[in-house]
Order: sequence, then structure tokens, then C-alpha cells
Amino acid sequence: MRQVGRTAWKSVEWVLLAAVGLVFLFPFLWMFLTAFKTMPEVYQFPPTWWPESWQLQNFKIAWSSGPFLTYVLNSIVVAGGILILQFLVAVPAAYAFARYRFAGRSWLFGLSLIALMIPAQVIFLPVYVEMSHWGLVNTLWALILPFGASAFGIFLLRQSFMQVPDEVIEAARLDNASEWKIMWTIMVPMAKPVLVTFGLFSFIYHWNDYFWPLIMTNSDSVRTLPIGISMLKAAEGGKQWNVIMAGNMILVLPILVVFFFAQRHIISAFVYQSK
Amino acid sequence: MARVVLNQITKTFQNQKVVKGIDLMVPDGSFTVLVGPSGCGKSTTLRMIAGLETVSSGEILIGDQLVNDLAPGKRDIAMVFQNYALYPTMSVYDNIAYGLRNRGTSKKECQMLVEEIAEIVGLTPYLKRKPSQLSGGQRQRVALARAMVKKPKVFLMDEPLSNLDAKLRNQMRVELTSLHKQLGSTFIYVTHDQVEAMTMGDQIVVMSEGDIMQVAAPLELYQEPANLFVAQFIGSPAMNIVSDDEKSKSVWGFRPEKAQLVTDAVSAAPTQDMLTLPGKVISREILGSDCLCHVETEKGRIVVKVDTERAVNIGTNVHVTVPETQIYEFDRATGKRIIRTEGMQAHAMAGGVV
Repeated sequence: MRQVGRTAWKSVEWVLLAAVGLVFLFPFLWMFLTAFKTMPEVYQFPPTWWPESWQLQNFKIAWSSGPFLTYVLNSIVVAGGILILQFLVAVPAAYAFARYRFAGRSWLFGLSLIALMIPAQVIFLPVYVEMSHWGLVNTLWALILPFGASAFGIFLLRQSFMQVPDEVIEAARLDNASEWKIMWTIMVPMAKPVLVTFGLFSFIYHWNDYFWPLIMTNSDSVRTLPIGISMLKAAEGGKQWNVIMAGNMILVLPILVVFFFAQRHIISAFVYQSK
Repeated sequence: MARVVLNQITKTFQNQKVVKGIDLMVPDGSFTVLVGPSGCGKSTTLRMIAGLETVSSGEILIGDQLVNDLAPGKRDIAMVFQNYALYPTMSVYDNIAYGLRNRGTSKKECQMLVEEIAEIVGLTPYLKRKPSQLSGGQRQRVALARAMVKKPKVFLMDEPLSNLDAKLRNQMRVELTSLHKQLGSTFIYVTHDQVEAMTMGDQIVVMSEGDIMQVAAPLELYQEPANLFVAQFIGSPAMNIVSDDEKSKSVWGFRPEKAQLVTDAVSAAPTQDMLTLPGKVISREILGSDCLCHVETEKGRIVVKVDTERAVNIGTNVHVTVPETQIYEFDRATGKRIIRTEGMQAHAMAGGVV
């Protein structure tokens, strides 16, 4: 009886998971299939699932409709630059918040949590003014610097650093390691799953970010991939969804690849592990 | 190698004095054990020597150097922690080599030293493994190797054996003592286990509530406890304490293994130099070769350790007899030992009972 109940419950679980999975998977599948269709097929009603012949040239059209290589490189520099800067700031900040007692610690930490709650859209105007004062508008710096300190990263890393047993740090101090060295050779390797996860979130967010590059840039030389893709829409004539989808494929492919390799770490960062 | 001297060391945590001005001299090359119940300040004292806690007042000298303000890494000491505190992301090799590298030892010398130590503690086949792939005993050895490789003047050990099972603990106890002989360095060892203290230490420091109760060699501690606390803490089972009546200024103690049970069948003729207490056996614990008999007497419950072959059944009426020379007298108010000159006090008591 109990066995039957368990099997039934498992089946329900499976159905629910499949349904949710489908909701998330469908847009990807549709994007993938559309990217290989011809124009008439895209607008055909009722819509068809599979393209009659796989149109690889959609990708070629998308790629050559603008300086896509520049966009890709800019995206890599921006998302990568932000990531590096965020690590350089968040690791020491999180270490200090987790391990030192200093005046105003909780107050400062509260302040950085507030930063977590304010969306970029709210403060973009003052930041824009700041960047223009520094003469950085329409440069890659304007896309990187405002995101150099991540409240989310500091918060996540602090939690992970707090779980390191005191004795491990004390042992390192007795081993004549400087605080800097303890941070980078002991704490950071122990927080690897969290770092990978945070890195991935940050990278995906800034790789896909549309809003900030849109307001900070006005020439192709500093634009990023999402802006380039959106400009496909503005191309003359009707919307060439097949080409736009091919552009989107170019956009998401690197992320899917990275995600595939980092999966293991992401799961271990979010699932409680007992050792 | 160096001696360690503590001068009037205190430690205050949030207005609470956990170490109350202790003076201690740890001779060069000694195996000194700090022992006491939990919360007595022994670990805090050790951590102050290590530099992991600041000293509220007083002086700590390692060798002839005042180290109060010296960083832990500069004190030329090594510490072994209860939970080993290995670096989980590093291999055994890197764990051992970490301290050497921070000191700027060359790669070649590093390798030589690590391999040499690994050989001594039997870790050579495991150098490439991560700590999580080792057993408790092996992790303990890594922690030891990590301390040994630095060739420190002083080894500090904070209950290093308490996470091991009983069999391994006994084995490591022997290994640590022979390691101490081999290295000749100063060892300061913290434990709450009096058996560990007695078997390993050549100088034992008994602590209670932030104060030192007595500093002595194991046998002296057992035979000549300075006060009631030491008398009851050292020796297992604890010393029996009896008193004449509430008003008397002192109490008497004797060890369970020094008392004897005399059944009523045999005539228990009280003699002048014996304390005799009539009572009834209410329970017994058989330990193997020995047996602990709990005897209810009019002076309270008394534990007597006898040979199992001579154990007495529960419910038997017995007399507990103790040679007068084995009776210790303590001041009731201060707990201090009163050194008997002529044995008059004990006579008085024995007379009172019989």
C-alpha cells in the first residue's frame, strides 16, 4: 500500500517537473527551430515545428548585418572585466565582513544589502552624469566600472566565508600566512562552488544586459552583443524573425556552453552538503 | 627548543575573568599537560601562548623573548587542533608544506623536509590525497606532520586526541610520548582527560576556574594533592571525601583503591591505625580485574575498588577499612591540604566512628 503511494507520488513529481521544464524549454526550442527556417515558413499559419530545409545562411546574414565580431569582443571584455573587478572587490570585502570585528561593521553590511535592493534603472541618471563628468560615456569603462562592486557577491561570499571553521584560519596564521594569503589561498578555494555560481550569474546578467549598454553607448565600436541583436529588428522591411533568432542563438550559445561545464559547481553551491 | 614562562597572565572576556593571573614555568624540553574540567581556562591559556588570543595583562616569554605582541606566525611554535584544522582544498603534501612556503623555504628543501616528515609519521603513500579522503587517524597524523615540519621551539596541542576512537587514542598517546622523546622539544598539551594527563605528562598543571590548582609530576599529584580539587580530579574513581560532622573544620579523603572491604563474618577488629566505617554495599561495577563497590555508610556513600575475585555481593553488610597513612586531611573552608604531623586528627576521627 505504502509502496503504491510512493510510486504515485513519484509520478506526480515527474509530471510536474516535466511541465515546468517544458515551460522553460519551449522558448529555447522555438528560437532554435525558427533560426533555421525560411521567411515564409516563419509566417506560415498554422505554424510548423520543423524547418523544411535547415537554413544555415540565417546565421551568415545575422553575423554580417553589423560589426558582430566587435560586439562579441566588447561583450567578452565587458562581462569579463566586470567579473574580475567584482571578485577583486567582493573577496576582501566579504572576508572583512565575515571575519573581522570593526566599528560600523553591521551598519556597513546593511548598507551593502540596501544596494542589493536598488535596481540599476533607479540610479542610472546620476551614474550617467558621473560617467560623463569623467568623460567615460561611450567607452567600455562606462559599462564596466558601475558594476565593479556587487552587493550580491559580497553577501553570498560572506555567508560562505563564515562557514569556514575558525581553527583553519588560526592554523594558517600559525603557519605564518598573511591575511591576504589566507584569503586567497585558503578561503577562496574553499568557496569555489559559490564563486563559480556567482561568477556565472554575474557573467550571464552582464552578457545579456541590454539596458545599460543602450544608455551608455552610441557608437558601434563600443556596443555589445544584445544591442547588436536588437538592431537586427530595426533592419528595413518586415521583421526577419528567422535572422533575429539566429542572432539570439549567437548570443546564448556561449552561455549554454559555460553553463554546461559549471553545472556541477552550481548544484553544490545551492544544495546543502554535509561532509 | 625553549622554555615558556607565564607571569601573572590574565584573560578577560566581556568583563568575565577566565584566566585569573597565573604564573607558570614550562621547562625546556618538558611535556607539560594543562588539565582541568571544561571552562577552567586551559585552552584559553594555550591560545594565549599561541598568540591566537591577546593577553589581558601579564607577560608571556618563549625562550627569553617577550612574545605578548608577536604575531602567531612569528613565535616559532606549532599547534595541533582538536578538529585537526587541515586545509581541506589542499593535498596532504601542500598541507604540510604550507608553513614552509610561507617562510620562504626553497622548493627543493621543502620537498625534502615534507618527505622526511611524511616518512616518520607514515604518510608517504597519502601525500597526493585530500584530507577528506583520509581516516581520522591519518588526518591526525597530517596535523602532526604539519606541526613537526616547521621544527618549532614549542609544540602546542589542544585536545588533539579527543576526536579519535579509544583504541587509536591509546596508540597515539604512546606515539606522542615517544615523539616527544625523539624531538626533545617543549610540548604543552591541553586535555580534560586526567588519564591522558597522567600517562603523557612529565609536568602536570591542574587548573580550575581560571586558576592553577597545582603543578607537579604525575605521581606527586596522585600521592600528594595540594587541595581537595586536585585530590578529586586526579585518580579514577575520584577520592572519597568524608567528614566528621558539619561543624568540624576539616574533611578527610582516601582513595577507593587504598580502602578495603571487610565482611561482618570476619571479625573487623578496629585497630588504632585504621579508619573503620560500617556500611552496606548498594551497587557494584565490574571493570574486569577490578570491581567498584559502592557502600552506603553513615558518613555518606563511599566507593571502594577491590579485586574482582574479592568482590562482595550487593546487600552485604561490610566494614570499610582504610590505613591511617592513606588518609588525607583538607581544610573545609579553603579546600587546602593540611599536612599531618602526628596523625592526631585522623585518630580523633577514627575514634569518633567506632
